[in-house]
Amino acid sequence: MTARTIAVVSAGLGQPSSTRLLADQLATATARARPAGTQIVTIELRELAHDIVNSLLTGFPSPALTEAIGQVVRADGLIAVTALYNGSYNGLFKSFFDVLDPAALASKPVLIGATGGTARHSLALEHAIRPLFSYLRAVTVPTAVFAATEDWGSADRSDRALTTRIDRAGAELAALISPRPPAAEADPYASARPFEQLLRNR
Amino acid sequence: MQFGIFTVGDVTTDPTTGRTPTEHERIKAMVTMARKAEEIGLDVFATGEHHNPPFVPSSPTTMLGYIAAQTHNLILSTATTLITTNDPVKIAEDFAVLQHLADGRVDLMLGRGNTGPVYPWFGQDIRKGLELAIENYHLLYRLWREDVVDWDGEFRTPLQGFTSVPRPLDGVPPFVWHGSIRTPEIAEQAAFYGDGFFANHIFWPTEHFVRLVGFYRQRFAHYGHGTPEQAIVGLGGQVYMRRNSQDAVREFRPYFDHAPVYGHGPSLEDFTSQTPLTVGSPQEVIDKTLTFREHFDDYQRQLFLMDHAGLPLKTVLEQLDLLGEVVPVLRRELDALRPADVPDGPTHQALVAASLADAGTELETSSR
Repeated sequence: MTARTIAVVSAGLGQPSSTRLLADQLATATARARPAGTQIVTIELRELAHDIVNSLLTGFPSPALTEAIGQVVRADGLIAVTALYNGSYNGLFKSFFDVLDPAALASKPVLIGATGGTARHSLALEHAIRPLFSYLRAVTVPTAVFAATEDWGSADRSDRALTTRIDRAGAELAALISPRPPAAEADPYASARPFEQLLRNR
Repeated sequence: MQFGIFTVGDVTTDPTTGRTPTEHERIKAMVTMARKAEEIGLDVFATGEHHNPPFVPSSPTTMLGYIAAQTHNLILSTATTLITTNDPVKIAEDFAVLQHLADGRVDLMLGRGNTGPVYPWFGQDIRKGLELAIENYHLLYRLWREDVVDWDGEFRTPLQGFTSVPRPLDGVPPFVWHGSIRTPEIAEQAAFYGDGFFANHIFWPTEHFVRLVGFYRQRFAHYGHGTPEQAIVGLGGQVYMRRNSQDAVREFRPYFDHAPVYGHGPSLEDFTSQTPLTVGSPQEVIDKTLTFREHFDDYQRQLFLMDHAGLPLKTVLEQLDLLGEVVPVLRRELDALRPADVPDGPTHQALVAASLADAGTELETSSR
């Protein structure tokens, strides 16, 4: 089994960020479930915020954003975690996926997570975030992980619900990645049809 | 090596004065720029084609015919002619008339156009953009080379026994460039026909275009038109100059910050470091433009965008005066570097000579 790469996209807006904390724990859980070795690359969207907006306006990504997009596209799996705003992913999170090529995530295993103030927001994962990745034709794992503020401070050691969900989600992502061939970036030149064919099929 | 200017023909408010030119002023300004281009020794003037506000050039051959009558050496071209939404028959006719009027000083650059609604306004569908470009150009190509054409395609009324008039001047059609910023299939199309490929790389990083142009060169050779180095490449450029670099930056910044394409986005500094835009002294423009050859190898045509983002005509004409100093240096340097077997920029005279040489070879072969 070859070493695989998992890209972690974290769209927390604060610093330090509980979204990043959840993202890191999901990455660790996934790596733990993959004994063959997993390389984790983490992308903090906060650091790319201006570049993302600029790319939306100009149509091309800056060198730093190009690097981040390449890491996501080449990764064998993606962990995407957002802070929830107004009942949905925040604008930064959505904007990052808006600058990707629409086919960039097709058939890529994705684990989704979100943070919010209270558990009342948890279904945003199902009604907003999972449909986004369905649109992008990604393969989302069944367990989506929501962490409310109180989940981080539970004094009751028996309340292991968050940890359990993180481990289950990580195992699901690991199980999706292992049997797949390593991810490769699509090459528009390799797939360009010869002209005789373009002319014939017109 | 050919140098010229291309204009989008946008009517944009000058952000420093709040003044918006009228359509009439803008159209006349484009003509003034073209005449100035000839005066300062440029080779090419190219106009865009648009069918929606805030743009004025909806009828390029009308404008180019008017300019042809007021110039003697300038090649009149387009950037771009919409091969998707124009009837190829009308393109064949319009540009053939223009070619006769201008005594051959005409070529054109084909593009697909990226404004969604323009397609349905002209009865087409943007999702068929590539197919339209391929089929329509194939018809245009034949109309200029076959005296009588029978045609049955997907997008246009069939033609039986159709002759596009007038026939091209001296039997040689205008040279065609295919412009694209990201589509390998258009580079493939240009290569298939042995036409030119124009990469307007001014709004995007150079690295992206290096592969596109390299692909065109390789496919040009694949289709037997010559070596990859002999393929006909054109590039865009965008400059703002003053004698002192700092003056150029200070003057251009408000235009940059409000420009329709990239305004309110990246900083001027980021954009100049990431794209071919050069804001500075004439020497900086020379240095940056010379790097294009290092990325793309010897090429045939360099067009500069000089008049967008609301720059007033007076400033544009001052810019052209400076460009008139820059271009002779670039021409000398780039012509000296170009190997003898790599062709110069295409002209009607050169195409006529090549077609006579071909005919001569055929005659020789058949008499043997």
